[in-house]
Amino acid sequence: MSEIRLQIDGKEVKAREGMTVLEAARSEGITIPTLCHHEKLEPFGGCRICIVEVDVRGWTRLVVSCIYPVAENLVVRTRTEKVDRIRKMILELLLAHAPDSPDLQNLAKTYGADRDRFEKEASFCIHCGLCVRYCAEVKKKDAVGFIDRGIRKEISFIPEIAAKECWNCKECFPLCPTSYLQAAYVLTEALAFPSSSSEAVSEE
Amino acid sequence: MDMDRVDQIIDKHRGEASSLIQVLLEIQSEYHWLPKEAVQRVSEKLQVPLSRIQHIATFYKAFSLVPKGRHEVHICMGTACHVRGATRVLDTVQDLTGIKPGETDMDLKFSLETVNCLGCCALGPVIEVDGKTHGKMSPAETAGVLKNYE
Repeated sequence: MSEIRLQIDGKEVKAREGMTVLEAARSEGITIPTLCHHEKLEPFGGCRICIVEVDVRGWTRLVVSCIYPVAENLVVRTRTEKVDRIRKMILELLLAHAPDSPDLQNLAKTYGADRDRFEKEASFCIHCGLCVRYCAEVKKKDAVGFIDRGIRKEISFIPEIAAKECWNCKECFPLCPTSYLQAAYVLTEALAFPSSSSEAVSEE
Repeated sequence: MDMDRVDQIIDKHRGEASSLIQVLLEIQSEYHWLPKEAVQRVSEKLQVPLSRIQHIATFYKAFSLVPKGRHEVHICMGTACHVRGATRVLDTVQDLTGIKPGETDMDLKFSLETVNCLGCCALGPVIEVDGKTHGKMSPAETAGVLKNYE
């Protein structure tokens, strides 16, 4: 593996070929905020909060660092005025869906995002896909998936699989930045397999 | 439900996961919807997770997870059709079939949808039944067209 040298926020960083800008930055202790990123999962590029500015062949571009591969002599800036403005906008849009998410509120403080800028449309899910991808890639159970598209897109458990697999796993629960996943699970359980949870309680 | 037909369709595509959408399209045109048993069979045979099929089946408008009528009626609501009286055509169809756009009647005879443009604006108002285009529709003519379908 050849070594690649690049510059992130004025700091010389060494990286291996095939790494993403986000991985290179994190290995040097430079923080880039993420919502849909998870070490065990394939890069997704869904939330766009990890956007950074890069200079490629004399041009300045905005790229999503979690899916952008490192390149020799790449110059990366993670906190420019433009980057901060975009992150603030993304956060404000997400906060319209999940106003009370702790993850979003922490980031909102950093970037000065106003949670009340846009009219609330509390769907709670921000489509980070962590639960869906974790279940598919790590657990290989595919108990939860996306349904529909565009503004109607949401997560949905497959009741038959959830009834068998979820009760002793629930590893996706702490991944969810908004707790909507837990709500979706409880709803599925109540509608499709209510008896199993009451049995579990009585056994305890 | 007749699973042999589903198996036939799957075998035709040699059980390849990459043919998933083709398989689903053929099941859709055979039964006019994707019955749960059929979807489960496809999932097992093509080794594609159910959640993925569910995502695809809800993503594309060509698929339906609820039963559809034998005849699909599409009424164009595009600008050209609209100004030539598509609303009155739609009202007539709603009165005759007793269903609103997005619904299917009790006998599974018609499913009604509105579309935004069928691309033949000179023929407006246009309705499409089972893929056949009927142009320059008046409410009376619409009734005549629907009578031909059983």
